[in-house]
Amino acid sequence: MKAVITVVGSDSTGIIAKVSGKCAEYSVNIIDISQSVLKEYFAMMMLVEIDSITIDYKDFVDIMTELGHANNLEIHMMHEDIFNSMHNI
Amino acid sequence: MSMLKMDNVLETINMIKEENLDIRTTTMGISLYDCVCDDDDRFAEKIYDKITMSAKNLVKVGCDIEKEYGIPIINKRVSVTPLSLVGGSISSDGYIKAAKAMDRAAAEVGINFIGGFGALVQKGMSQSACKLISVIPEALSETKMVCSSVNVASTKAGINMDAIIEMGSVIKRTAYLTKDEGSIGCAKLVVFANVPEDNPFVAGAFHGVGEAERVINVGVSGPGVVAAAIKRAGNCDLLELAEIIKKTAFKITRMGQLVAKEAAKRLGVDFGIVDLSLAPTPAVGDSVAYILEGMGLERCGACGTTACLALLNDAVKKGGVMASSSVGGLSGAFIPVSEDAGMIEAVRCGSLTLEKLEAMTAVCSVGLDMIAVPGDTPEAVICGLIADEISIGVANTKTTAVRVIPAYGKTVGEEVDFGGLLGVAPIMKINTNSPKEFILRGGRIPAPIHSLKN
Repeated sequence: MKAVITVVGSDSTGIIAKVSGKCAEYSVNIIDISQSVLKEYFAMMMLVEIDSITIDYKDFVDIMTELGHANNLEIHMMHEDIFNSMHNI
Repeated sequence: MSMLKMDNVLETINMIKEENLDIRTTTMGISLYDCVCDDDDRFAEKIYDKITMSAKNLVKVGCDIEKEYGIPIINKRVSVTPLSLVGGSISSDGYIKAAKAMDRAAAEVGINFIGGFGALVQKGMSQSACKLISVIPEALSETKMVCSSVNVASTKAGINMDAIIEMGSVIKRTAYLTKDEGSIGCAKLVVFANVPEDNPFVAGAFHGVGEAERVINVGVSGPGVVAAAIKRAGNCDLLELAEIIKKTAFKITRMGQLVAKEAAKRLGVDFGIVDLSLAPTPAVGDSVAYILEGMGLERCGACGTTACLALLNDAVKKGGVMASSSVGGLSGAFIPVSEDAGMIEAVRCGSLTLEKLEAMTAVCSVGLDMIAVPGDTPEAVICGLIADEISIGVANTKTTAVRVIPAYGKTVGEEVDFGGLLGVAPIMKINTNSPKEFILRGGRIPAPIHSLKN
């Protein structure tokens, strides 16, 4: 299964490192990253594969949400199918 | 990432986080055919067992999907075969016992409402329907989560006025028996014309006669998403406005279909339908009235409201039908007064009247919904109100319904607060000139002609 992690917030050093560090820690494989900074506004989207994740997927979602709170960022993790079904005919 | 675009992803997240996009309800329909029994206690027991067995994982699966997909699923509910169809030789007391069994089962599986304590009497009333209807007030006042609906008319059968007379009395008694809670029993009771048999939304949800053993029906929502899209569109013409609503409805429905299919798969039951309704909640930003005002009305209820609603309802259906393989239920815009912050405001300031609401129901789903009237409104007037609304449905080959609360001891200028999703209902003025002689003629209004349509 693939999931999309989005990170939105004000830009600071090391955001990608923090998120990808957590991914590595729990064997979440990053397939693709796109990122941009508009003024001070940071937006990143990461496509990850979670087939070999070492903890329960739902707990990982909580870890990501927590990571966001701790760094003043909005981090969401959602199943890829949501976006595919809503935005593709 | 080739398929996914950053702005699409951010749009979806924004819809969920800022614009109240959610799955309003995941409802499991359960057939009770195998509960038929001639012993009151055994009947109740079988119903309890069937519901708790069938729906034991409903809430868990709903919560799992919510977490994995990141989509809030607000309510998990159950609908069952209309009880009068499986009650047979059960006594009136037996029906009350069955209602209580439904209530206990709902509590056991962790849902917040259960629909199906009802009857289909559009053409005539069977003995079992008679018995069930006569104890609706007791059933609703002695349970918390049980909802009841009675279909009193259809375009094919006409309007069963005898059933409407019965329902007038049932509504008044229900209001009295639940008078200490603002007559809340009436908020769980719907009188229908052309009732859909796969509706996932309470209070009118039940599991229709031609349905599978168990199904998952999903009701999507998103008035806030539509309102925001209209706001972003700015000053565009009506064709463009309809396009924007269609596109938004498409996206909302796709999400609903994904969740419905996933839930059905995990629960090992059939996927039934996606109901496209725009269902408001009392939360600000989740209002159908605000959509209409966003389209350019000073206030909901103004002249032009019916036209706005017709455009909205049609565009929602067009967008939704394209998005899902199985659309059903009520599918349209709901206008429940007490559950919609904008409607409540419009009634309070005198812009939205009962008569205007009736006109609006001709072009949307569902009908006169969550409307509080003075507690001393005569039974015949309630029957007249029902007959009018039901006629609109029958003549236009559409579903209409009445969920009216004659709030005991209250009058115009006061409000009843039901709390939670049911919201706050300002008591509305109702024309009290008596239709009694007409109503008490009884019998049936014949089915309408289908040619010479003018």
